[in-house]
Amino acid sequence: MSEAALSRSEKKKRRLPQINPVYIVLAVLLIAIVIQNVSFLEPQGYMNFLKRSAPLAILAAGSVFVIVAGGFDLSVGALITLTVIGSSMLLNNNPDATWWVILLMLGLGVLVGCINGLIVCYLRVPSLIATLGMMITLNGAALMWSGGSPRGYLPDSFRFFGRFNFQDVPIFQLVPVAVIILIVLGFALYWLMHRTNFGRMVHAIGDNPRAAQLAGVPVERVRILAFVVSSVSAVIAGVMLGGFAGVSTDVGSGYELQAITAAVLGGAQLLGGRGSVPAAIAGALTLQAIFTLLNFLGLPKPVRDVVQGVILIAAVALAMYRRKKTGR
Amino acid sequence: MTTNPPVMEMRGISKSFPGVRALKDVSFACAAGEVHALVGENGAGKSTLIKILSGVYRPDSGAIALNGQEVHFRHPVEALRAGISVIYQEFSLLPERTVAQNIFLGREPTRNGIIDYGAMEAETRRVLTLFGSSRIEPDTLVADLDVASQQMVEIAKAISLDAKVVVMDEPTAALNEAECEMLFATIDRLRERGTAIVYITHRMREVTRLADRVTVLKDGEITARFETTPAPETIVRAMVGRDIADFYAPPATPEEIGPVVLSVRNGSNVFLRDISFDLKAGEIVGFSGIQGAGRSALAMALFGSVPFTSGAVTLDGQNAAFRTPRDAIRGGLGLLPGDRKAEGLVLMQTVRDNGMLTSRAFAPLGGSNRRNGFASVDSIDALFAKVDMRAASYDQEIRSLSGGNQQKAIVARWLALAPKVLIFIEPTRGIDVNAKAGIYQLMRELARNGAAIMMISSDLPEILGAADRILVMRAGSIVGEFGRGVTEAEIMLSATGETTMAGAAA
Amino acid sequence: MTDATMQPVARRRKSGFRFERWAPALLLVIAFAIYAIVALATGQPQFLTPDNLIAILGRSIALGITAIGQTFVILVASIDLSVANLISAAAVLASVIMNGNPAMILPAILAVLALGAVVGVVNGLVITKLEVNPLIATLGMALVIQGCLSAFVTNFAGSVPAEFQVFAYGGFGSIQFSLIFLVALTVAAWFVLRFTKFGSDIYSVGGNADAARLAGIKTHPVVIATHVICSLCAAIAGLYLASRLRSGAPWIGRDGVYDLQSIAVVVIGGTVLAGGRGGIWGTIAGVLIFSLIDSIFNIAQVDAFAKQVMRGIIIVAAVAFYAVRSKRIVA
Repeated sequence: MSEAALSRSEKKKRRLPQINPVYIVLAVLLIAIVIQNVSFLEPQGYMNFLKRSAPLAILAAGSVFVIVAGGFDLSVGALITLTVIGSSMLLNNNPDATWWVILLMLGLGVLVGCINGLIVCYLRVPSLIATLGMMITLNGAALMWSGGSPRGYLPDSFRFFGRFNFQDVPIFQLVPVAVIILIVLGFALYWLMHRTNFGRMVHAIGDNPRAAQLAGVPVERVRILAFVVSSVSAVIAGVMLGGFAGVSTDVGSGYELQAITAAVLGGAQLLGGRGSVPAAIAGALTLQAIFTLLNFLGLPKPVRDVVQGVILIAAVALAMYRRKKTGR
Repeated sequence: MTTNPPVMEMRGISKSFPGVRALKDVSFACAAGEVHALVGENGAGKSTLIKILSGVYRPDSGAIALNGQEVHFRHPVEALRAGISVIYQEFSLLPERTVAQNIFLGREPTRNGIIDYGAMEAETRRVLTLFGSSRIEPDTLVADLDVASQQMVEIAKAISLDAKVVVMDEPTAALNEAECEMLFATIDRLRERGTAIVYITHRMREVTRLADRVTVLKDGEITARFETTPAPETIVRAMVGRDIADFYAPPATPEEIGPVVLSVRNGSNVFLRDISFDLKAGEIVGFSGIQGAGRSALAMALFGSVPFTSGAVTLDGQNAAFRTPRDAIRGGLGLLPGDRKAEGLVLMQTVRDNGMLTSRAFAPLGGSNRRNGFASVDSIDALFAKVDMRAASYDQEIRSLSGGNQQKAIVARWLALAPKVLIFIEPTRGIDVNAKAGIYQLMRELARNGAAIMMISSDLPEILGAADRILVMRAGSIVGEFGRGVTEAEIMLSATGETTMAGAAA
Repeated sequence: MTDATMQPVARRRKSGFRFERWAPALLLVIAFAIYAIVALATGQPQFLTPDNLIAILGRSIALGITAIGQTFVILVASIDLSVANLISAAAVLASVIMNGNPAMILPAILAVLALGAVVGVVNGLVITKLEVNPLIATLGMALVIQGCLSAFVTNFAGSVPAEFQVFAYGGFGSIQFSLIFLVALTVAAWFVLRFTKFGSDIYSVGGNADAARLAGIKTHPVVIATHVICSLCAAIAGLYLASRLRSGAPWIGRDGVYDLQSIAVVVIGGTVLAGGRGGIWGTIAGVLIFSLIDSIFNIAQVDAFAKQVMRGIIIVAAVAFYAVRSKRIVA
């Protein structure tokens, strides 16, 4: 086991800069969409695509924090539902209340994230079970609140975030508010994960929680904050979805798995230690692109579920295969 | 001296892993009824050799012969069936299953798919009685047994498999004196039955007591073969290959030793009893003792991981009875865990990330990850150079570094916080023999710069060479204190609590 | 070598171990006590009659059957989150094939069992050969099943002939056939785990897959087999529910939250998620506990939605009851 031999092989590994395959896949898919439908190159086309992808992209970016920390957050879909239903119940067609309702929902997101984190850290319940239980509870709360049949619709002031487009903008012609939010939030989450100490700590506790603890990392605080980021992302995604999806008791259902799929497509490692915010956003766009293509091909929604299930498994299987090849 | 023909022969075995040549042309044989001791430093290649023998690895070249017949194992179970049993240090027992279930793992006697528990129990009893372990009940859960009994179960498993060759890897690491004697008696009985025994150990007194032949492995090659058992110094010199004096840094002179930095009085918890000692700036204090004596428990107590429940700890006069590792680090302590991979390193991250881990942990969470109050990307690079850590790039993953460099990266991590006390657990474990000297030098440097160093090690020569003072622990208490010049024998006596020792040692 | 084993000076009794043995029984007693109190407090002592008590278990047949299958999977340190959707699929498939025609009962049963077997094999292969995390593998499978299901049905589908409804409704007096079936299945499962080599292999693989493999046990077939058992049980649960509802509904699995409930029930019964420890009787105790809780809600006439909120909280609390004692860092 000579040191000289080891440093030689280290030098070899520095050679190639690694580009995340998700960007290549996304590019290929976008080209395929354009081939199917050239009008996609118009602002009407691609801006709408980005607008529709924005909620999932933000959700995926937030989910990366929990996944990199080594856990799962399966409650985000239910939180989206609760956000939409709760907002519609509270707003009651009164547009003036929009801002404080949104603030309240964000506060709810923080609370849910804290509870999830506390349960995992101090009650030692695995995040799978803790967040599944939270999902059931939140769905039940949404049902309770709306009595099973949510009424009313959301006022335009609320739907502004998901729905409104700025018109007559130079170059891009129309810019949806949702896209602006995506860019701003996406950058914020990128910075949080890849430029701050917090992001490094999240990676550390996902990679080796015991070593992190012995090195002085405040493991509980970091993990709870990761759940908070995830939940707040869910609330924001909910606000945006409420903009164009309408109010119903299953508006958010399935999003938790879509977020995980997006993150995994972007290279996030399940059970922690590796993951990237921009790549997760690219993963979300990739998923959305696949669904768009399926739509163009005239395949109905159920096929989407099947395809997503297969993609999820395939993405993880591929990641395992690559890891084995390049050595752990 | 043995005159029997070899039961097992390994001829010209070579094995390489990416970047590492683990074994080069190693030949090794063992005869029926013989105990052949295999000695060597950490990283010499002993465990690779054994894994080849037991079928876990396949050699790049060379062959294994049993009773003259060449064999090629494609799966460990083939080696088992051929009569080769290895008892590893980390037992391969299933704690939630009974003794009988463990002994028969994978080959439970069945009748039409239904397990014949009666036959299992009877055979288990027979085998256990054979070695005087009849007090172990076949239906006891392994988790409820003490370590020595668990080892008996491992041996019983080997016997039940009708092993012709039994390999024991550091079997006495967790045993007290009485249990060691029982093990030796068991080995004698195995010998009488004609079993070939390969015995891997660090401990010279065991070599003296048990071995018929001794072979020394160093850096993947055989450096010495002894047909009888020579004096321990001879063996050690063959293992280490240099004059011991050059290996370790010179001890601290009286001027270099400063005032008391850490003071513990009557510290106790469920693992420790009435611990009292002082650590002075500038000195390296070694902590010796057999496995289970409480040394790790002491480190964990000082570091706040499993705190003291009573007693007083002061650091520079301040209360230092820390209740979390974060408090301990804030107070000026640093810890290098014994198992780097499991407790020290964040393997998927870069060298620099690992170096900056603690600095970042104490900086504001929202702060930039490039610089903080304790370190910056540049200052950590400077620290890496200071501890003489070699890496092609600090942006590479730390897992590709050698053990010695990894350890140095962890030291750099602590240096960024200028700790007053540094606790090293097994500082040179898994480190190339040549790199060890570097670590000892580094520890001495740290001490000279004013830190108090606490060194926990199971390697007696290491403690004797590197420490200024040696404290011996046994059963959760400190039972002895020695200065330099103490012998291995005296420390072993203190650690095991015996008044005499069978067989002389160094 | 590392002084990793810290041996207590005062040799502590292995209290942790005993706890898992007796905790399910303890919880069962507590749950029953609360049930009795609520029944008396709300002035409805009729809920304490033997008939009603037996009915408690009767209400949880589907959960019981599913949980028995889930026990096998969790024992090998795997998990199955596709059971809920598989139950729906099985119920729908059975109803559609039977379509009110008693002659089609047997083909329907065979088809459903085949479906279960296929799903189980695929789950097992994806987990063992493709080395995909069991969570993801079975969640992905759940999605696939859901997709296939909603492609074909959105409402009640098919109908179950009266002859098959006997499964859910028939019985000797107040003891239903389905209850007898559940008991028989429990005993069979217990027998397999306790006395057969296969059962022993399950514990070995769950306890330490590497040691088991080195000892010559074929770990992959064992894991795949447990997944097949789990999926078959879920399929049978679907059959039962079809019989009970007299038709197949595609939401029945999700509504009953059979995935999370079966896992929770297994954990409450003392089987650890890490595998290698636990058993069938604990699971049944867990089923009883959940039944009692459900019955308590019924007696207290708790609103259905509030019940769902409580259910999520109780499941987490029940798992926390066991998990909180762990010293390890949990993610």
